[in-house]
Amino acid sequence: MAKMKNPKVFAYRRENGRAGIRNHVIILPLDDLSNAACEKVAFNVKGCKAIPHAYGRLQFGKDLELFFRTLIGTGSNPNVAAVVVIGIEPEWTQRVVDGIAKTGKPVAGFSIERHGEFKTVEMASWKAKEYVHWASELRREPVDLKDIWVSVKCGESDTTSGLASNPTVGNALEKLVAMGGTCSFGETSEITGAEMVCKERAINAKVGEQFMAVFNAYQKMIEANKTDDLSGSQPTKGNIRGGLTTIEEKAFGNLQKIGKKIRYVGVLDKAESPTKPGLWFMDTSSAAAEAVTLWAAAGFVAHFFPTGQGNIIGNPIEPVIKLTANPLTAKTMAEHIDYDCSAILRGEMTLDESGDNLIEMLIRTCNGRLTAQEVLGHEEFVLTKLYESA
Amino acid sequence: MIHFLVHEEADNVGVATVDIKAGETATGLYMDSQKKIKVKALQDIPLGHKIALAKLKVNDGVIKYGHDIGRVVADIKVGEHVHIHNLKTRRW
Repeated sequence: MAKMKNPKVFAYRRENGRAGIRNHVIILPLDDLSNAACEKVAFNVKGCKAIPHAYGRLQFGKDLELFFRTLIGTGSNPNVAAVVVIGIEPEWTQRVVDGIAKTGKPVAGFSIERHGEFKTVEMASWKAKEYVHWASELRREPVDLKDIWVSVKCGESDTTSGLASNPTVGNALEKLVAMGGTCSFGETSEITGAEMVCKERAINAKVGEQFMAVFNAYQKMIEANKTDDLSGSQPTKGNIRGGLTTIEEKAFGNLQKIGKKIRYVGVLDKAESPTKPGLWFMDTSSAAAEAVTLWAAAGFVAHFFPTGQGNIIGNPIEPVIKLTANPLTAKTMAEHIDYDCSAILRGEMTLDESGDNLIEMLIRTCNGRLTAQEVLGHEEFVLTKLYESA
Repeated sequence: MIHFLVHEEADNVGVATVDIKAGETATGLYMDSQKKIKVKALQDIPLGHKIALAKLKVNDGVIKYGHDIGRVVADIKVGEHVHIHNLKTRRW
């Protein structure tokens, strides 16, 4: 495979040195109770975006840690220029503000208790207005493509995914990692059937064992919670109708997204940031919105999403670039698809050419092209919850 | 015209990219080497389903993506349809 030279893209260089491809001012609720105030601020002040969610009250232990890591990570993402945090009470609000402030970006917190919602919305709106004016004068500058962190995950897969759209992502990842890029894959559950091969793709035995520990923990969770035998549902009836036969076949199709030769350099917990370039495995659910929310919180700024039957997921801060090789999906769901690679199925395009085309779409997205998901307003921000609240 | 694709040279099945009819001589393309291969289809192979490129016996492995995706449970001739009637997971 030809090693591409490292192209330049136009991106926002943040205070901590990271490169972002969007310039969002976000209004981030600490908790479910503060969603309404955030949405009112976003209505008052054009050019900022509220990111409502369902949690933040009475969580504890590892679930609470993951909650804070996800919120702080979301605010810290390089696609975000500045953040206003609103919470019901000041203490946890300040914890999120302090976490985001470590990046050096502008961030301020407001709490509703002892002010009421009207007063809080007024104070937060003034701050949001100040941030929007400031952010709107920031300029993109040339940065290396390798500085753009890319996550990958597929959804609504069919046989065209394993044949063409997943290997296209794998080909692009081979090139990005060869440039010195930082990329991540996950979907712990959907590796079932190919876990031994996935383990062998680790850079060394220690990292391979870390992957197996995460995989086995997932298997135990399924064992503890399942109400019937999963063998009846994996592969699904739809998968089988489409030509898939065994869980191994489905899993190897999924693993096409990491190419043929790349070795992953480490295993990340949910919403945990990588510490060096290379490909990283992140322990994520296979549910699209939950997984992309975790990668955005880990600092990834663009996402490759291959789909067969047509998953329409988006994210409020990490642009999702959607590709399909299914000609029917490309035709009937055209508004959701950024890149149609069905020519591979007709033998008219090689995987190497398709990988180049996907990188070209990444470069255009970095330079400002809005993805289909962004234009359609798909902003699924879904926090992963480990267990019920206290 | 291409009727099926093969992921790797090591694979013993191809994947139909159109509906292939029994008796038809189907043309396949290896995605790694870009080499072409012709196989006479002995059965209908629906789009997305697999066609055997080698003679396979019970307990042989079906190789796709260069990996074993399960075991053969009924002998398979070149050009036959490989699906859940003659291929089972090794998991359960």
